Amino acid sequence: MLKSLNIDPGKCTGCLQCEMACSLENEGVFNTAKSRIKVFTFHEEGRFVPYTCTQCDEAWCMQACPVDAIVINAATGSKDVKNDLCVGCKVCTIACPFGTINYNADSGKVVKCDLCGGDPQCASACPTDAITYVDANATGLDKMRQWAGKTDNAGA
Amino acid sequence: MIYVVVGAGPAGVVAAEQLRKLDPLANIMIIGSEPEPPYSRMAIPYYLTEKIDESGTYLRKADQHYSLRDITIIQQRVTKIDTAMNTVITESGEKYRYDKLLLATGASPSVPPVPGIDLPGVHNCWTLEDAREIVRLARPGASVLLMGAGFIGCIILESLVLRDVKLTVVEMENRMVPRMMNEVSGNMIKRWCEQKGVDVHTSTRADSIESAGGGKLKVNLNGGQSVEADLVITATGVKSNMQFAIDSGLHSDQGILVNSFLQTSNEDVYAAGDVCQGKDFSTGEYTVQAIQPTAVEHAKVAAGNMVRGHRSEHIGNVNMNVLDTLGLVSASFGLWMGAEGGDSSELVNEDAYRYLNLQFKDDVLVGASSLGLTQHVGVLRGLIQSETPLGVWKDRLMKDPMRIMEAYLACSQAQVATA
Repeated sequence: MLKSLNIDPGKCTGCLQCEMACSLENEGVFNTAKSRIKVFTFHEEGRFVPYTCTQCDEAWCMQACPVDAIVINAATGSKDVKNDLCVGCKVCTIACPFGTINYNADSGKVVKCDLCGGDPQCASACPTDAITYVDANATGLDKMRQWAGKTDNAGA
Repeated sequence: MIYVVVGAGPAGVVAAEQLRKLDPLANIMIIGSEPEPPYSRMAIPYYLTEKIDESGTYLRKADQHYSLRDITIIQQRVTKIDTAMNTVITESGEKYRYDKLLLATGASPSVPPVPGIDLPGVHNCWTLEDAREIVRLARPGASVLLMGAGFIGCIILESLVLRDVKLTVVEMENRMVPRMMNEVSGNMIKRWCEQKGVDVHTSTRADSIESAGGGKLKVNLNGGQSVEADLVITATGVKSNMQFAIDSGLHSDQGILVNSFLQTSNEDVYAAGDVCQGKDFSTGEYTVQAIQPTAVEHAKVAAGNMVRGHRSEHIGNVNMNVLDTLGLVSASFGLWMGAEGGDSSELVNEDAYRYLNLQFKDDVLVGASSLGLTQHVGVLRGLIQSETPLGVWKDRLMKDPMRIMEAYLACSQAQVATA
């Protein structure tokens, strides 16, 4: 059974532990600007919304990549960027309708969530269970995928 | 079934893979005209800067990728389709029969009608072979004149500057990347390039090119000025590779004409990618977009329609582009120039080289262009293609377009909207 990140914004306090953990795990530094998960703040309503890649089936990023640099991780189902192959053309960053694969000017490559290879540090770091790593079919993922379906051009 | 795919670029390769997925027993063949493994033109700029070697441009990296999928690759130029006999004929006279044929022959650079354009030292930058020539000629310190500052011109521009050449750019329009950026942002890119030492002439045309002796060229610009160069690179637009298809009786306009199933005027022949005049999502009109994501989506839809039982309609592609000009990233989506009767909002920060322009029709985002933004730009596509009503967020975005990500989360993601 594949697992996926389940995000419950109602539980998020905006502490940014997830961003710190992500940055440390993936970039080796505590720098929220380098995190692959982002917490968005809705000031008017005092709400916080953590947001990252849902590893969608359509894999727009992977489809659009002209050099085969994004591959499916067979163990986790995540779509991973292969750094040695990515040329930094950024086509994936405009193709992904969720905006969850982004260009990193420092490395000249794109970055996205890879579920930390099966042990997502954002979920481990979250003190309020706003981010959990659970069986894929138990999450709100289907809803998001339904929405993704509206932008699905390929049909098949 | 026998499927023949003409063209070994992204559209051809993705289509062949999709055909294999849908029809495990079929006979699948790709016929490409270049003497290289299938590669990506998108990657050529990175080859020019030596960020990757030639194999880094290949569309698929595994040695056995095609043979493992039982996809035959033939390096030949197709010169004719015999639609009565369901056969394609190559330059060397070989014939290949098909049940369904996909034309994914891409595009080629258009040659500007400038006297001297055929002199040695004037090159396109389109194929891997062109790139090898440019690597050879664009030595550090060489003078290079680039004709055209469109998408392709700009992407090569970056590579040339990184090769330490002395670069002059000539563009006929009044700004850089005129098909992607408006006057404000197109001129911000120009200013950015000038600050990096590139000599940019907009609203300027090369009238003629002549030999200046000693292997040098002299490019005469309108207005009387002339520029000496060791190398002239032309990037003045592309045109679909379709003459053979026209000669074979298929209907065409800017590209090969297709219906909403990407089927040409012959029922057994389909088209995809830069050669295909497919539907534009935003306008509903049929145009040649000539961009990578569209090529791939065409390929998947066309391949599906070529296989019995997988018919699906092509709903159209959002036109979009992303470009990195010497580190300044720009992107455009959909009706970035605006919709009739629509509204727009704009953020301009000339000093920081940041720009965002949103175009609305009622409360739906229909187009956008950006400069200096690299985070979450994909949601612009998402909002355009899902035609998400923005409700109260429309007014907020009219006041501050930079709140686009909040608007997206609030309007598109059920988990947020219902809370």
